[in-house]
Amino acid sequence: MFVTSAFAQTAPEATETLEAPGTVPAGEVHTETGVAHDDAHATGPFPPFDATTYPSQLLWLVITFGLFYLLMQKVLVPRLGSILEQRHDRIAQDLDEASRSKAEADAAVATYERELADARAKAGAIGETAREAAKSKAAADRAAIEAELGQKLKAAEARIGEIKAQAFAQVGAIAEETASAIVDQLIGSKASADDIKAAVAAASPKEA
Amino acid sequence: MANDPTHQFQISKIVPIEIGGMDFSFTNASLFMVATVACAAGFLYFATSQRGLIPGRAQSVAEMSYEFIAGMLREGAGSSGMKFFPMVFTLFMFILTANLLGMFPYFFTVTSQIVVTFALSLFVIGTVLVYGFYKHGFHFLNVFIPSGVPGVLLPLVVAIEIISFLSRPISLSVRLFANMLAGHITLKVFSGFVASLGALGALGIGGAILPLIMTVALTGLEFLVAFLQAYVFAVLTCMYLNDAVHPGGH
Repeated sequence: MFVTSAFAQTAPEATETLEAPGTVPAGEVHTETGVAHDDAHATGPFPPFDATTYPSQLLWLVITFGLFYLLMQKVLVPRLGSILEQRHDRIAQDLDEASRSKAEADAAVATYERELADARAKAGAIGETAREAAKSKAAADRAAIEAELGQKLKAAEARIGEIKAQAFAQVGAIAEETASAIVDQLIGSKASADDIKAAVAAASPKEA
Repeated sequence: MANDPTHQFQISKIVPIEIGGMDFSFTNASLFMVATVACAAGFLYFATSQRGLIPGRAQSVAEMSYEFIAGMLREGAGSSGMKFFPMVFTLFMFILTANLLGMFPYFFTVTSQIVVTFALSLFVIGTVLVYGFYKHGFHFLNVFIPSGVPGVLLPLVVAIEIISFLSRPISLSVRLFANMLAGHITLKVFSGFVASLGALGALGIGGAILPLIMTVALTGLEFLVAFLQAYVFAVLTCMYLNDAVHPGGH
């Protein structure tokens, strides 16, 4: 303000002699207002509260912000949204696939376990039957062998009995022969065969 | 003049336009609004142009901001508030980009103009009012009647609720405006100290170290504020939209 007032005082003085007071040349007015304008900016209203700039700011805010809003609504937000949704879907899909694979793997493990158990059971059964078969065969063999042995024993006993009987029978004949020879020697005459036989039978034990 | 801390908020015409006696000139403020939109939209556009299933670095940032705001809105206004997502996301990206662009030296800060922040907050409150009355009719006025208040206190509480509702656009706009303005003035003042002390010779240069450290620290703080204020604006927008979606739900 100091500069302005000083200038305002000097300017009329310079022009006073040439022009009538009150009519100031255009050039002077221009300079003066120019100085005053610059000065008013420095000390005038605080720029954000300078209402003369409001229409321009509002207009350009509406234009730029409106354009930005339209761009956002039509292009940018749908695009970002679709990117995120796509990824979300993909992740969900992958998770589904993973859980399905896991279920499959679990099922495979369960099947394997069941088959293993079956195979074990089967192997046990096979072993058991084999053992049973071996045991019964062994028993049968033993029975057969025992039976055979029994038979042989019986045959042997029968043969012994036969031989014994034969021997006993021969003992009678030998005794008769011996008796006849003894009688022959003793009495010098042959005793009749029937007498000797009767005598031997009388002398030999009954049960033989 | 170079050390005047308010000079950075000066609006200067680039292309003078006047319609019906009103000044609609393309100014430095307009230029930075255009730059803000170009940066924000350009970033989101080119970051997502690959549409990668596995995001790159830029796409990650774009997705993160999307999910950040989506989560904020879903938490604040429920899933039925998600129809306002483009609006909240646009507001957040616009304010954040404008704040961050303002951190460049010699750049104009769009959000340090009260008329801009007030227009943005009126946009939010206007949306709340229009949607609230359109969707719920006079039932929307339930927003002023908190449940479970005894009848005697009701007039007082309703009056307080109405005042608080009316003060929302003011607090919303002034918070952003004042934060950006104060931060930039403080930065300018401290960096002005550095320049003027540095001009005083060896002793001055020694003395200039303190304001220099301060300037560096404040710059970091201002970056935080730039993000924080965009976040706060978005969170409050979500809260106010909740009133439009669920009136009387508090």
